[in-house]
Amino acid sequence: MTDTDKTIEIEVLRYRPEQDKEPVWQSYDVPFSNDMSVLQGLQYIKDYIDGTVSFRWSCRMAICGSCGMMINREPKLSCKTFLREYYPGKLRVEALAHFPIERDLVVEVRDFISKLEGIKPYIIPREPRTLEQGEYLQTPTQRDRYEQFSSCINCMLCYAACPQYGLNSEFTGPGVLALLHRYNEDSRDGARADRMQIVNAEEGVWGCTLVGYCSEVCPKQVDPAAAVNQNKINSTMDYFLRFLFPKGGASK
Amino acid sequence: MNTRKQYVRPMDGWWLKNPFYVRYMIRESTSVFVGIYAFVLLAGLLSLASGEAAYNDWMAAMTNPLVILFHVVALAAAIYHAITWFAVAPKVMPPLLTGKKRVSDKTITIFHYVIAIVLYLVMLGIAWKV
Repeated sequence: MTDTDKTIEIEVLRYRPEQDKEPVWQSYDVPFSNDMSVLQGLQYIKDYIDGTVSFRWSCRMAICGSCGMMINREPKLSCKTFLREYYPGKLRVEALAHFPIERDLVVEVRDFISKLEGIKPYIIPREPRTLEQGEYLQTPTQRDRYEQFSSCINCMLCYAACPQYGLNSEFTGPGVLALLHRYNEDSRDGARADRMQIVNAEEGVWGCTLVGYCSEVCPKQVDPAAAVNQNKINSTMDYFLRFLFPKGGASK
Repeated sequence: MNTRKQYVRPMDGWWLKNPFYVRYMIRESTSVFVGIYAFVLLAGLLSLASGEAAYNDWMAAMTNPLVILFHVVALAAAIYHAITWFAVAPKVMPPLLTGKKRVSDKTITIFHYVIAIVLYLVMLGIAWKV
């Protein structure tokens, strides 16, 4: 329970597949204190008002990427957004845009996960080393090339911000392309040629029209729009350089 | 038994649902004005190629208040587009390094403005002399 006399109205877009034909808004009055996040507001609803409200969460500190949702139409992490920002007005909470709703605030993430798997989001060593040869070394300058893109927590807020993904879910999308860029830019990695196939595809970076909202909503300042658009240059280079180096020299 | 029945929300009118999307659509629609302006200029070039009389007709057409209004709107659209382009320029280029430090987004945008203003002044200077 919260020790407060302030109450805020939270509207939740409910969707219970067994009874609802389409989602409906349901309103809850939630007592709150200044240190309460939107996630805590939802937890209050679930614990004390309506146990049937479904939503995902885990860490409560903006690192697990589970609690993303639309809060007054903006994609946000509900653990990193505070109820006081909306008081005395109300807030409307809806499942992440552009994803199918599974139930209430829970969305289907299979498409994102399979795309994420597709880019091989791990280092594939350029020159495999044995244990005796020791670790893969890297200078701070080499690390700077990808560091910001490695901060992605797979929260999918950028997908909820991307109308191109909403209009055509074939688009690989901002988050996965940013992670792809992270591994391609890593000096220890040697799988760039494979990943460039995904970059160059119609559904790759060329599906982006630089709306730029993905970078705006990113809770970790990854700047996926930068990763995607820098790869438009890489993709163009890849295309033209193949005429100069027909044996794949462009991808080195 | 699989009882899942997912709901896919429609995308109708998506660009009106967020001010960020509205600004994006305005940015993209500036290209229409720039496109029309290119055709107007091309028509001028063609009339120049087909003789003095045709060129004078085109010049006369350009003094029509509606045409002047169009040019003012097209100029505004082009300036708005330039501003939005300079704002995203740091995103679309690979990281720029001076020594080991990365040049900040703000510096890159400011440089774009400086270069644009210098170029415009040079262009105006040349046009003035002619």
